[in-house]
Amino acid sequence: MSTHTEAGHHGPAKGISRWILTTNHKDIGTMYLVFSLIMLFIGGSMAFVIRAELFQPGLQLVMPEFFNQMTTMHGLIMVFGAVMPAFVGLANWQVPLMIGAPDMALPRLNNLSFWILPFAFSMLLATLLMPGGAPDFGWTFYAPLSTTYAPPSVTFFIFAIHMMGISSILGAINIIVTIFNMRAPGMKMMDLPLFVWTWLITAFLLIAVMPVLAAVVTMMLMDVHFGTSFFNAAGGGDPVLFQHVFWFFAHPEVYIMVLPAFGIVSQIVPTFARKPLFGYHSMVYATASIAILSFIVWAHHMFTVGMPLVGELFFMYSTMLIAVPTGVKVFNWVSTMFRGSMTFETPMLFAIAFIVLFTIGGLSGLMLAIAPADFQYHDTYFVVAHFHYVLVPGAVFGIIAGVYYWLPKWCGKMYDEKLGQWHFWLSFIGVNLTFFPMHFVGLAGMPRRIPDYALQFADFNMLTSLGAFLFGTTQLLFVYILIKTVRKGKPAPQLPWDGAKGLEWTVPTPAPYHTFATPPVFGDK
Amino acid sequence: MTENITVPSQMQRRIIPARLSFFRFFKALNYLGYPDWQKQTILIFLVWDWKNKKKRPILRTKSNFYLQRATNDGCTIRCKENAMCRLLHLFSTALVLTPAPLVALEFNMPAGVTDTSQSVFNLHMTIFYICLVIGIIVFGIMFWSIFHHRKSKGAKAAQFHGSVLVEVIWTLIPLLILIAMAIPATTTLTDMYDATESDLDIQVTGHQWKWHYKYIGEDVDFFSILATSREEIENRKQKNPNYLLEVDNALVVPTNKKIRFLFTSNDVIHSWWVPDLAVKKDAIPGFINESWTLINEPGTYRGQCAELCGKHHAFMPIEVKAVPEVEYLAWLDAQKASKLAAAGAVDKDWSKDELMAAGASVYEKNCAVCHQADGSGLPPAFPPLNGSAIVQGDKTGHMQLVINGRQEKGMPAFGAQLSVADIAAVITYERNSWDNQTGDMVSPAEVQSLMDSQ
Amino acid sequence: MKRWLTPTKPSGLLAIVVLMFGFGFMLVPLYDVFCEITGLNGKTGGPYQAQAETLPVTSERQVTIQFVANRNDNLPWSFAPEQEQMKLAVGERKQTVFSVSNSYDRPVVARVIPSVSPARAADYLNKIECFCFQKQPLQAGEAKEFPLVFFIDPDLPEDITKLTLSYTLFDISDTD
Repeated sequence: MSTHTEAGHHGPAKGISRWILTTNHKDIGTMYLVFSLIMLFIGGSMAFVIRAELFQPGLQLVMPEFFNQMTTMHGLIMVFGAVMPAFVGLANWQVPLMIGAPDMALPRLNNLSFWILPFAFSMLLATLLMPGGAPDFGWTFYAPLSTTYAPPSVTFFIFAIHMMGISSILGAINIIVTIFNMRAPGMKMMDLPLFVWTWLITAFLLIAVMPVLAAVVTMMLMDVHFGTSFFNAAGGGDPVLFQHVFWFFAHPEVYIMVLPAFGIVSQIVPTFARKPLFGYHSMVYATASIAILSFIVWAHHMFTVGMPLVGELFFMYSTMLIAVPTGVKVFNWVSTMFRGSMTFETPMLFAIAFIVLFTIGGLSGLMLAIAPADFQYHDTYFVVAHFHYVLVPGAVFGIIAGVYYWLPKWCGKMYDEKLGQWHFWLSFIGVNLTFFPMHFVGLAGMPRRIPDYALQFADFNMLTSLGAFLFGTTQLLFVYILIKTVRKGKPAPQLPWDGAKGLEWTVPTPAPYHTFATPPVFGDK
Repeated sequence: MTENITVPSQMQRRIIPARLSFFRFFKALNYLGYPDWQKQTILIFLVWDWKNKKKRPILRTKSNFYLQRATNDGCTIRCKENAMCRLLHLFSTALVLTPAPLVALEFNMPAGVTDTSQSVFNLHMTIFYICLVIGIIVFGIMFWSIFHHRKSKGAKAAQFHGSVLVEVIWTLIPLLILIAMAIPATTTLTDMYDATESDLDIQVTGHQWKWHYKYIGEDVDFFSILATSREEIENRKQKNPNYLLEVDNALVVPTNKKIRFLFTSNDVIHSWWVPDLAVKKDAIPGFINESWTLINEPGTYRGQCAELCGKHHAFMPIEVKAVPEVEYLAWLDAQKASKLAAAGAVDKDWSKDELMAAGASVYEKNCAVCHQADGSGLPPAFPPLNGSAIVQGDKTGHMQLVINGRQEKGMPAFGAQLSVADIAAVITYERNSWDNQTGDMVSPAEVQSLMDSQ
Repeated sequence: MKRWLTPTKPSGLLAIVVLMFGFGFMLVPLYDVFCEITGLNGKTGGPYQAQAETLPVTSERQVTIQFVANRNDNLPWSFAPEQEQMKLAVGERKQTVFSVSNSYDRPVVARVIPSVSPARAADYLNKIECFCFQKQPLQAGEAKEFPLVFFIDPDLPEDITKLTLSYTLFDISDTD
């Protein structure tokens, strides 16, 4: 850090070393975002393969074993490669700007946590070329399919997961330390913008559960290579234990992927409604309660493993309880819009779509919480529809909204509003065409993770595939918009949105390489 | 703007050609398969709406007009500019439009043929409607403000940013709704765990990629394997209506008897699921799980494996045939008799052609999954049989491999799965198919004597 | 609290990370305790340790017990209970036999894993002598009879009238 303070106002280094050696939060944020965009397209192309195979009943394009590799890699890449790094990228750009800090608290660690990712994902993608193929046991990698019956590439998969975990943990530590120690003078915790609050809570979730994921893959590694029997019944272990430990990690993980999006939407909606956020305090408490509750609901993913009645009831009730704080958040957003003075630029459109479609995903989640009904929903396309509704129009729309919202500040140029609206409407139609019919096929009895299906599911699957192709190609338009903005966008004013509030809008446009070298005094304006 | 506010009666008549009487309207609902309670709810809303009909000309927005056109109620299109009225309209529209086609097109959860599946279905529908109402209210308010509180309409932003009372209310109301949902859910779940004594116990074992059923105490057990042909899967033949949902040996069970299922697995975790019975339970290697059913109606009920279990996860369906008890007992006797007959098949004098014909079907069901129909295999995991040294070599070595399998390579020991005659047939088939032309044959007696000597 | 342990400092946060990694592993014994309390997964306990004279008295109540024998991965052994089901009074001490033979052309060491359904009955099924307590090596072609001596605790919940004891045979020759 000392080198930077003495260097004062120098610009970025030249050439490739700028990106490899950088400790600047804005550079690192950009790298995270670009990386996640690349991963979005790699993961998306796998979804393309999946949807192409499912376009019609019968086996056409790929063998079932390759299909399983595609579903597995699609899940892993989207979760760990696209959504999580995108949020870390947004945090890198925005957290220091929003709290008036000159940079992240631990800039070199920041560089390290990003540069682990390309190696982790190269390793994961390299498994596709290995004998026996890539991991084919689903992103939930249930033992013993992922241990005793796994392809040899499972070892590389485990190491890749370890590296991603380290990267996330380091990133989370950095964010927490930054938020606690580098706020502008006069900014109290309850003055933090909601995006910062949700990220703070997310970061705590990350450091609490990523080590558990590391533990569970370590146990797998020991089972595969060192003859232990954590998950192998033959040696006195238990495959169901795997699911318990995994979901102890993975349920909070689900919230890790959506809480920052809540934060983004809570920044955008007040801006475009030109009205303060309704219920700031209850938003913070609701986010915290969601995070705490996420630790005691994990077994709702396992209603069919044969738990005792008491267990089923406990996890059913605790899961239903999550609907309360989530409901509070939705009501607060709606109340923020109520009696506002709204305009509908692209970020607002994505934010509104987030609220509507995330709520649909939340309501189907409530249905899934009901244990007896879950026996019918479990492991069907109904579940696939549910989690894609919370992740795609949820997390991904949240990220896209955030990018459109802050892009003028980042690069000093305005995106093409007309193209932005096209991007929104095509994405909105595509996403619903893709995921809404999945509810129906799921209820009608189509299991998930199958390359071929019975004839009665054919029409809706074709519709889903068409929607997926539309949604996928639409994202190329997003890339075009981004490139066009950076290259020849119209210059953006210092305050591109008239309703926007917060420290990030006080810096010049584009945000200079170094901001807040002297800390701003909060509450001045 | 003005033409949207009042609709000329001429136009009105064109869009709603004849005012549908209640009678005709409900006949249409019947035809679409609406359940009674839904029709009654719609009726209540329509009557309420009728009563609210006002004599004076009414302001009408475009959206409102289309909405009424969609409901097709015909009884009134005079709705006061009244939020409550609109909300009810919206609700009845949703009732008319959304769930019914789902029921009609069978793209909903099946109500099934057991009391449990019925109550699960009712629970599902109840919660679905609760979610629908919540969604309509929340989105209704949201879109209402989106339409009215927009800057282009000159809306000025209010500056309120919180109200403790309101926030407490909308924390408590969902809590109450949740409690209301939890009560029927708990009842249904408790019923599912009912432990009264069963009339019949069936052990269900998941294998990669087939099911094994064993009737405990009856000495009847068999494998149940996908019956859809490779030609259909590979699009070389027209797919039949039960494509991927048909098996060679269905699980036959009696109606009106309590059946207890015991689930376990031979390798990885599988999950046995028949939607019409509302039974889905994981089959876990080394552990045993149970579930039960009592089927009210005879019929064939189909399901699939619901837990990813490897490459042929999509190809291990379940077929349950529920028949009256008399028929079931007759079937059970026939099974026992055929088991005896199979034992007798060893002594029968088989011709090579008979063995080849029987072997072809055994091969397609049991071997083609990995070694492929043309014997080319899927190296490196599954070696080719065409041109294989073992297949073209010594008969005993070939027989031993098929009987005992090779665990480390994932080759099952078929000695425990197939009848002696089937093993002889499939070995003969492998030795004389594709480029393998050993010209010899393996008789069931040879297989039997090898198995005895072990 | 020590200064460096503050959850706002990198050192304190790293401590949380290490703690949670350890907690991941702690879940293994915790799960076993949890299973024992709730009877989750139908895991049964080890040998019943009580003295013969303290065995509970026989009562009138009759229950059905079923025996199920499975071979994981189609292990080429034959493995079957002598009797698929029997009725017995709770508290009554019973003996039964499983016949097993190795039809493989090599010696195999196997372990037998027990499991009980309904799971909440697992705690009440007491095994005095069971072949599942030790590893079972069998030479190629060798046949054996495995004895099982057990009784059912009279405290078995009233609504349970039928329970199933399943044994699954696993080949553990490699891991030895």
